[in-house]
Amino acid sequence: MIVDVKGLKTHFFTHRGTVKAVDGVDFELRQGECLCLVGESGCGKTVTALSVLRLFDSPPGKIVGGQIRYNDLDLARCPIKQLRQIRGKDIAIVFQEAQSALNPVLTIGDQITEQIKVHLPLNNEQSRDRAKTLLSDMGIPTPETVMHYYPHQLSGGMKQRVLIAMSLSCDPKILIADEPTTAVDVTIKAQILDIFRELKTKRQMSTIFITHDLAVVSEIGDRAVVMYGGKDVETAPVSELIGNPKHPYTEGLIDCLPDMSKSGDRLASIPGTTPNPLELPEGCSFHPRCSKAMGICSHVEPSKTKISDGHFVCCHLYT
Amino acid sequence: MKSEMNHNLLQLADLKKYYPVTAGLFSRHVGDIKAVDGVTLDVRESEIVGLVGESGCGKSTLARTIPRLEEPTSGKIIYNGNDIARLNKKELSQIRREIQLIFQDPDASLDPRMTVGDSIEEPLVIHHIGDSRERADRVAQLMEQVGLEAGQAGMYPHEFSGGQKQRVGIARALAMNPRLIIADEPVSALDVSIQAQILNLMMDIREKFGLAYLFIAHDLSVIRHMANRVAIMYLGKIVELADKNDLFDSPLHPYTEALLSAVPSFKPKDKDRILLRGDVPSPLNPPPGCHFHPRCHRVMPICSKVKPKQKEVAEGHLVSCHLYK
Repeated sequence: MIVDVKGLKTHFFTHRGTVKAVDGVDFELRQGECLCLVGESGCGKTVTALSVLRLFDSPPGKIVGGQIRYNDLDLARCPIKQLRQIRGKDIAIVFQEAQSALNPVLTIGDQITEQIKVHLPLNNEQSRDRAKTLLSDMGIPTPETVMHYYPHQLSGGMKQRVLIAMSLSCDPKILIADEPTTAVDVTIKAQILDIFRELKTKRQMSTIFITHDLAVVSEIGDRAVVMYGGKDVETAPVSELIGNPKHPYTEGLIDCLPDMSKSGDRLASIPGTTPNPLELPEGCSFHPRCSKAMGICSHVEPSKTKISDGHFVCCHLYT
Repeated sequence: MKSEMNHNLLQLADLKKYYPVTAGLFSRHVGDIKAVDGVTLDVRESEIVGLVGESGCGKSTLARTIPRLEEPTSGKIIYNGNDIARLNKKELSQIRREIQLIFQDPDASLDPRMTVGDSIEEPLVIHHIGDSRERADRVAQLMEQVGLEAGQAGMYPHEFSGGQKQRVGIARALAMNPRLIIADEPVSALDVSIQAQILNLMMDIREKFGLAYLFIAHDLSVIRHMANRVAIMYLGKIVELADKNDLFDSPLHPYTEALLSAVPSFKPKDKDRILLRGDVPSPLNPPPGCHFHPRCHRVMPICSKVKPKQKEVAEGHLVSCHLYK
């Protein structure tokens, strides 16, 4: 186990009230695995990942509970100076929108070498060489030219690859990827998934992969954590999660995907919409949309139940 | 139903939309962005035609050119026997009632300062239909048809969720009793649980009102779920067109093959994935010959020299590729 998150709570104190974006999430990341955080917009998956490096705006955001164990450190509490040593070097992050994650007025070369120079004892020339190697590892055909480009001269897929190259520049042990395949075309998505697969086999990279797409999860994930309303409602190995989902929300997510192999029938859908994080429903926050809701669901929060080894679910059906 | 399906509602014949590129002090014409480059396609009565392609392939420009929100450069847009490309303003306005658009991003397509009721009513006002009381009744009826409550008409878009906003967009499209709806990526901005609700709604209203759809999406599983026939677009051209099952079960064009194999799925693939290299080339300077040849895994010497012609390989299965004689 390389990172151990227990009872993590990240709340945002806004003038309209407290947003409990992450409200008691447990997960562990094991060496060399790809752990997926899955859920719809507003479920807290991105804030969970940002919390690992405390990258959210503070104020209004604050980690109000729980711990994030990495080596001997608790990243939720350690001094910011120590955290800066870890950010980018031990734990790197690939942000969601490549367009806004890159600085539009710096060349690609400058942006990659900046991070290398902060963390590694290399001079200008060495760091540029390193940047070039990284870009060509990412399948960018002419790294020398791309180094002189500005972000607007690159396509979406190229920008995403530059971001991944950048995150790998200091040989991190852990990579956090926030929806790297969301805003790209299906052919580019396949290329990017391929890069992540290779990182796992060639570098034994441990990855936290955030996505809303269960098909992507089943392609690259080893284990997955399904999130809803700031909580981890189900955790299981991916094949177990897809083949034997326990939480009604997980079942719903799987059923409502149009299937490539059959067509024409009505899609199963989850009624209602994702809840407003300012006004989460009492009890189990999924109960107003749940087809299997019982009396208890609207006032008692379900606790974690073990289904089998490594398969946990938060639902009153199983307590 | 069957006989109705055979009647062509919309026929596009060699439709082109070029955007001129100019340079220098005197705006010298230096080239064209061939966003839509000779598209021939028909949509039959109450049929759903799916249009698939990567970003930048011209599918949204095609959608906007059909009701002449963009002026076509050349070609024919025949709707119910009339060539839209030649109509005058008054005739065009009449035909635009019957062809409605649903846009991708309901945030951008709804005016944030108009109540949703006013947004739905707007097309009725523009086309001078009914008095204000009749229009209010119609708005209430439309809202109920798309699963909203009539009482919500006084609310503003920001008070709605993404799925509800898309329902408003659909209600507005239905206001004029259209026969053809062009839906440009209607669900790609929505969460999966909401996506299923909107797809079901679109199927329901199609059944109820006998609508035809030109359904644009980049998500092939959505297309497989919705469409009767599917057209695959690459750099302004339709490279393959076939019945849904033919296209998904026996794709002919290498690009279609690659697209299908790129879709992430729950089931492990029995074949190795065909990984396309590189990105879609610029439509300003497309590769010579077949536009797809630099990325093609079955490329031959002829492909870089000669543009492939569209061939009918099986009944209703058209493909533009040198592999098929």
